[in-house]
Amino acid sequence: MLSSKIKYCDVEFGKCNKDLLEEVISYGISLGADFVEIFLENTENSNIIAEDDCITSVSPSFGKGGGIRIFKDKRDGFVCTNDLTKKGLMRSVSQAIEMLDISDKKNKELFRGINELKDYSASKKNWIEEIPTINEISEKLIQSTSLLNKNKIIVRKGSYSRNWQEVIIASSDGTYATDIRLHQTVGLNVIASDAQHRSNGSRRFGSSGMPNEFRFWDHEKAANEVYESSMNMLYADYVEAGQMPVVLANKFGGVIFHEACGHLLETTQIERGTTPFKDKLHQKIAHESVTAIDEGISTGSFGSLSVDDEGMEPEKSILIKDGVLKKFISDRAGELRTGHKRTGSGRRQNYSFAAASRMRNTYIAKGEYSKEELINSISDGLYCKSMGGGSVGATGQFNFAVEEGYIIKNGKLTKPVKGATLIGEAKEVMPKISMCGNDLELAPGFCGSISGSVNVTVGQPHIKVDSITVGGR
Amino acid sequence: MKAKDITNQISKSALSLNLKKWDYGASFSNDYSVQVDKGIAKQLKASQKQVLTIRVWNNSNLVGITTTSDISEAGIQKALNQANIASEFGNKKEITDFSPLAKEPIDVQEVRKSNPVGIKNLLKVLREAELKLLDSHQAITSIPYNGLSESFYERIYANSDGAFRNYSKSQAALYLYARAEEKDKKPRSSGSVKLGYGVDDIDIESCIKEASNKTIAHLNYSAIRTDKYLICFSPEAFLTMINAFSSIFNARSIIDGVSLSNKNSIGEQLSNEGLNIYDDGLNENNIASAPFDGEGTPTKKLRLINKGKLENFLHSESTARIFKTIPTGHAGLGSKVSVSPDWLVVKRSDKCTTLNNSLIHCNYEGEYVYIEELNAIHAGVRASQGSFSLPFEGWLCNKGIKSSIESATVAGDIKYLLKNIVNIEMQEELTTNGISPHVWVNELSITGGA
Repeated sequence: MLSSKIKYCDVEFGKCNKDLLEEVISYGISLGADFVEIFLENTENSNIIAEDDCITSVSPSFGKGGGIRIFKDKRDGFVCTNDLTKKGLMRSVSQAIEMLDISDKKNKELFRGINELKDYSASKKNWIEEIPTINEISEKLIQSTSLLNKNKIIVRKGSYSRNWQEVIIASSDGTYATDIRLHQTVGLNVIASDAQHRSNGSRRFGSSGMPNEFRFWDHEKAANEVYESSMNMLYADYVEAGQMPVVLANKFGGVIFHEACGHLLETTQIERGTTPFKDKLHQKIAHESVTAIDEGISTGSFGSLSVDDEGMEPEKSILIKDGVLKKFISDRAGELRTGHKRTGSGRRQNYSFAAASRMRNTYIAKGEYSKEELINSISDGLYCKSMGGGSVGATGQFNFAVEEGYIIKNGKLTKPVKGATLIGEAKEVMPKISMCGNDLELAPGFCGSISGSVNVTVGQPHIKVDSITVGGR
Repeated sequence: MKAKDITNQISKSALSLNLKKWDYGASFSNDYSVQVDKGIAKQLKASQKQVLTIRVWNNSNLVGITTTSDISEAGIQKALNQANIASEFGNKKEITDFSPLAKEPIDVQEVRKSNPVGIKNLLKVLREAELKLLDSHQAITSIPYNGLSESFYERIYANSDGAFRNYSKSQAALYLYARAEEKDKKPRSSGSVKLGYGVDDIDIESCIKEASNKTIAHLNYSAIRTDKYLICFSPEAFLTMINAFSSIFNARSIIDGVSLSNKNSIGEQLSNEGLNIYDDGLNENNIASAPFDGEGTPTKKLRLINKGKLENFLHSESTARIFKTIPTGHAGLGSKVSVSPDWLVVKRSDKCTTLNNSLIHCNYEGEYVYIEELNAIHAGVRASQGSFSLPFEGWLCNKGIKSSIESATVAGDIKYLLKNIVNIEMQEELTTNGISPHVWVNELSITGGA
């Protein structure tokens, strides 16, 4: 029942909630939980779309919610709610306890309280005021789409998205932290058309924790790139299918490593038994030219964070060193169930998901070769300049669409081709990455998995894969 | 009470902002789900969520919108304020209005509901299902993806013109995705999903059997030669393909220039005259059916393709106005109103003479590729270009012998595919996404590893 007299929130974001949080955690422990975690969230988001030369959508959204997670032995129960009153949070704890069928009540004195607040938000409180206004964003988006008002371009679209999230994390091991996260993305998309020919062009840019970043976005360069990409592909022939060597471009080319290998190094995959790398720690799983990293600390990168969603500061994890598997990406449940130490990678889309081991900024380290040396080393193959989306099946098979591809002939780039799909399996492809370029660059993206969609960075230098199946016609 | 209270609160707050025209959509849900790992409860989850989306029309008749989970008096006031600010940037070229059908009587039977069985029962049922699936074959070593859930929700639409609609219903889902391994062979994985209004409605045994049979059947695989093949799409695979290219029927996509159709495409011969496609959200087999769309327009059955010819588009209020027709009940509620199909039904036309009736997947002896399931749709479909390149699970069939295909993609163009339908079998099958018979297509490219 709706009434101004009914409270929906006892949590005060931006202030100390120690007593309330301790009471809720203590209640869970007294009912028999081994571990209690509270994740509270307050969000202010906005999406703006420009089509052709006008704004066609401005969509703000806001809200509050909480997720309570209870561990008993190696099991966990998770309850989420929009009711952030003390009563609502207590009810969620009871529900989680009941779900886990816990009946062995404990002395609540086992819980010694939470620590002093670790306030990661202190320097970020003004971000929400510093971000560009709707007017500023609209103006720049329209400028961008106007730059694309060219012959053969039939669809011009610019989009901006801002996610502002204030979180409070507290748990029975004493964790008590608060943080503010700010993610902004801007993208341009076009469709070019001429008679029966059609092509798409798209680019996305993104940052984390940089309220002014959109103001510095080089929209002219972005528009030129999108236009050139769509025009290059407009009259492209379909690629001929077959096995061939490929060179994958830097930046978003890293999506293949992310999807095909990175996910298999998350402890959730070990728990499920769906990674072929489960028992390969300290063994060679890739070509010696491959070193791969996952970290959450690069300033401004889309996957960076001050503290993960379980209250741990992120670390830089070297996953693969010179082809040898060194580490898995782990969260609290992963550590509990697989024994791999947490890496500050417990992440979730929002309060309605329990955190899971997820990638942050994940990339292949730079090598020693130039892009030209990689291409020159191939007599017949494919250059994948721009990658589309992809997926990995339950048995590790992956497939990725190539948005912008060029045939390599005698060490030179020749005609553009469309319709290519790269197909393979991580454990078979990783040993075939024989050359890494010296031009590492990162690109922002969204990764969807067990704990929802999270902001990530993918990246790599140009890399050469000696042989891979290219799907086509 | 909840719905009326929200309506009253929005009405009161809107008045204070001098907003005379508004509408809203709200949903309240309680969801429960369980996952298991070899009999042990993994994650148990419960959620109580609420979402309110408010649209307002300002004095210049421009529309603004806001979405929130805060349905307190202060939250609603803030949402109206934000929507009012957003309306200053409303789309001047395409102004949305209330659906003219938002107050039309809804002619549907009472929406079916089930009672919650509770987490403990969900867990018991899933444990038993997992165990049976593991026991069904020695090669099945784990069920890495599994889940049983039940949801109870209420949806509301109301506007300042007095329209008010709501319904509440329940839904349950079971998915079992097994992994099978044999020595010196690659692991294989497949699964099954079953829906019901409640857990008691779900055909658990058939879900187990289907997941087991599909997984085991693919254990003896071999690579396929890259070439063009005669293809037989399973009902599920064909519906997946049609849904992926539903922008062909979508008026919003046409206006936005991302459809292969245009305003004058009605009547275009897209396919063999044997093909009929309907959107039938109210079909009794559609567990997720909704009596009205995001704009309050009643859901209805609509013929999209009749004897191979494009007959209707899916519409929201604004696209219908632009096309000088009426909304069809396929709108979302957003700043820019989206349009999407509900539940597709594919049928073979009566008295069709242009199909090759000898192509029946149960007894055809010639060589063909049977596509059981298409994967990675989000990555492999270029709807605006009409092209696709998709990995699939399937079989190479020849002289009655079926060989599981190791790893392959099927590539082509949707218009080519529709034009090259050579048979639509008589027998229709119910899937979670709709109803369809098996559909045969001549000459699509398959890339394999042989």
